[in-house]
Amino acid sequence: MAALPLEVRDLRTTLFTRRGEMKAVDGLSLSVGAGETVALVGESGCGKSLSALSIMRLLPDPPARIVGGSVKLNGRDIVPLPEDGMLDIRGKEIGMIFQDPMSSLNPVATVEKQIVEVLMTHTELGRGQARVRAHELLELVGMPDAARRLDAYPHQLSGGMCQRVVIAMAIACSPSVLIADEPTTALDVTVQAQVLSLLKKLQADAGMAMIFITHDLGVVAETADRVVVMYAGRKVEEATVDDLFEAPLHPYTAGLIGATPTPGAERAARLADIPGMVPPLNALPRGCAFAPRCPKVMERCRSERPALTVPAPGRLVACFAAEAG
Amino acid sequence: MSLLALKDVRVHFNTAAGVVRAVSGVSLDLAVGETLGLVGESGCGKSTLGKAIMKLVPVAAGEIVVEGTNIAPLQGAALSEMRRKVQMIFQDPYGSLNPRSTVGRSISQPMVLAGWTQGAIDERLETLLGWVGLPSDARQRYPHEFSGGQRQRIGIARALALSPKLIICDEPVSALDVSVRAQVINLLEDLKSQFGVSYLFISHDLSVVEHIADRVAVMYLGTLVEVGARDQIWRNPQHPYTKALLAAAPIANPKLARARQRTVLQGELPSPLNPPAGCPFHSRCPIAQDRCKEERPVLRPVASGAQAACHFV
Amino acid sequence: MQRFEFLGRFSRNRGALVGACLILVVALLAVFASLLFPTDPLRIVGMPELWPGEDPDFPLGTDSLGRDILAMIVHGARATLLIGLFASAVATLIGVSVGATAGYFGGWVDEIAMRAAELFQTIPNLIFVLTIVVILGSTLTNIVIAIGIVSWTPIARMTRAEFLSLRDREFVQACRSMGMGDFRIILTEILPNALPPVIVLSSLVVAGAILFESAVSFLGLGDPNVASWGRLVGDGRQLIRSSWYICAIPGIAIMITVLCLNLVGDGLNDALNPKLRDR
Repeated sequence: MAALPLEVRDLRTTLFTRRGEMKAVDGLSLSVGAGETVALVGESGCGKSLSALSIMRLLPDPPARIVGGSVKLNGRDIVPLPEDGMLDIRGKEIGMIFQDPMSSLNPVATVEKQIVEVLMTHTELGRGQARVRAHELLELVGMPDAARRLDAYPHQLSGGMCQRVVIAMAIACSPSVLIADEPTTALDVTVQAQVLSLLKKLQADAGMAMIFITHDLGVVAETADRVVVMYAGRKVEEATVDDLFEAPLHPYTAGLIGATPTPGAERAARLADIPGMVPPLNALPRGCAFAPRCPKVMERCRSERPALTVPAPGRLVACFAAEAG
Repeated sequence: MSLLALKDVRVHFNTAAGVVRAVSGVSLDLAVGETLGLVGESGCGKSTLGKAIMKLVPVAAGEIVVEGTNIAPLQGAALSEMRRKVQMIFQDPYGSLNPRSTVGRSISQPMVLAGWTQGAIDERLETLLGWVGLPSDARQRYPHEFSGGQRQRIGIARALALSPKLIICDEPVSALDVSVRAQVINLLEDLKSQFGVSYLFISHDLSVVEHIADRVAVMYLGTLVEVGARDQIWRNPQHPYTKALLAAAPIANPKLARARQRTVLQGELPSPLNPPAGCPFHSRCPIAQDRCKEERPVLRPVASGAQAACHFV
Repeated sequence: MQRFEFLGRFSRNRGALVGACLILVVALLAVFASLLFPTDPLRIVGMPELWPGEDPDFPLGTDSLGRDILAMIVHGARATLLIGLFASAVATLIGVSVGATAGYFGGWVDEIAMRAAELFQTIPNLIFVLTIVVILGSTLTNIVIAIGIVSWTPIARMTRAEFLSLRDREFVQACRSMGMGDFRIILTEILPNALPPVIVLSSLVVAGAILFESAVSFLGLGDPNVASWGRLVGDGRQLIRSSWYICAIPGIAIMITVLCLNLVGDGLNDALNPKLRDR
């Protein structure tokens, strides 16, 4: 059997700060198949962005460092690779799209120059061929008036167009894995819809494995095949998108779904809110990190940390209450 | 008498590149005890309209009538009197509080300006903190000691201090996490049923607006394109832009999301520096015809019972 | 709470801590100068041109007239520090007022204020100070004001930049929406947030002012009634070939003080700049 495009095993990333060590990513395992979209969901501070940066080996060091686990990209573990080995991999085998398209582009270089540079770093293409390919890529990502936009600078483009350029750069070398970190959060609703359908189409055409990081359950429902819910650096639930929305097992997942208003549904008197807030990483409770906010909390949850269990085929959950049924 | 009546309000900004008509002729009513949702994409002028009502930006033309008084021309003391009736909650829970002021000082500012005694302020402070669910020792602490949701509660307490009739909420939950967002929305709804305060709820998030608003106004490029009751807008949108917005909004339900017909609106918001002639939406509109390029449609009653600004509904 | 955090961050910078201690020593010497050396430092007390260590009564030696250099240094510290502090205060006052007004109101007010700042920046500073002192007379007050006038422009620019970024913040809008007046917003809301970088700059202006005053005094245009360190250097310059220590000792005092002020400025910058926290 061929190796999966991306297999993350027991990934641990720790932040070493003056206030002590914080386990930002605590034993995350995750695999993404070709053509599959896995959504990584959670609130700010849950470790989803740091997980993505760990996989890309783009962590700000100091303070963050990978302290354990493996990240297998097409069967090869990239955690022990030296930095210059990563330079060949990033952009070629694994691409990334960031939240803020404006700041992920170089403000003083034209669109063409930036795409050509990516192509010339990772492929054998000459400058002339790279230019032709850059034009093709812009057409591919649906840039209106692509030929003219090649000479544009990022500030002359709107947020949606910049995100298209970033996507073009990310897929320029046909990576097998694409990581999208809140790619539509900074965009307007109608532009968000455009970018989401673009990403879906590109992924389907190229059979890329995609990790989609977002806090927006609406976006998850629209894009994901499988969902991983994170809380305080750990995976608390994993399921297919239908199972997850149909019958969330972890009280946190249920809380997130209840807290998101669904258009078209009968008007609920109140949204189901989750009391309290995400605990800071340096002050995690001893037992289950969600225990202080959990409606189903039991005595055991406060002293013991629940491990991931398999309640049904293809599902994972870390919760004593869910185990008990 | 409506609590707030806007009559042909216009806001213009002079920039180096020319005059930007951020709000070009908006007329709108808001009844006592009502929550009016104002939705639109960034740059459509919804926040500017909110700031114009607060007189934070100069109003070029039109009337802003609060309880029968046009506040647009008011200055000085007369304006301060009116300001007590209308307060504002801001988007950014990190930016809307002075980082060097204690929470108590921030919340008591409107009362200090209104000339309250220290004793009365202290008493009110205690009540306000209780209403928004903050511990009473919060008053001598600084904003950086609080989370985003708590800071938004502080902002709400400050807005409530002088018992306003209307609160303008400018994207009050956009910067918050999902679970905290629900807490703040519930708090706003509780306060409304408790005190009968009205909201002008400005947001780009349609699902939040649908949840909280009684009536909805949809804005595009400085003008209103559709105004109607919540159900009229959501069940039976008339204006092509409203339809496109609703179609684009993600639904947190995978089955519904797959089932619905999705027509993705092409193109992006034109620059407000040189808006298209005629209907501002015609450059992106799927049903645009020649008439739309020349004649600007006005807001008029349509079949659904709402009002829409389109020649062809 | 915040105070302790500030002290903690400041003392993390070793150089700044050393600088602050030395400045404290100089300040204490200045304050207790009359107790340590009750007699007039300008009185002739011994043989002229005694080298340091030659006579245990005068550990730093005597100058060409036979005055105790140590006593003059200790008394001079008072004049030098006062000149630095007051000149910096004048510069900060002008700079903050101009910068705050320009940054808050913007438009033509900003335009005028910044053109004025540019005008002052194009004038060679030392020549401008000398001109004022020559025309108005070399009194301490005139020197302090002259130095203040040439040193305010960087403070004004810094204050303006801070105000520009703060005036559109939502907490300022919140104050405006409550009907708070412009003057009150500037003074009680924006200024406290704009001050940290300005304080850093002001501490550096103190160092600059001390150097200015030394230069003026060295050229013999200082206040003749004040024995600042600069004047001591100037007085010794005729004998620089034979008895160079007369120049060198006050020179070293100036150097150390200015260096320490710069270290303190760096430390303040680290401590007050929230972006560097937790590194």
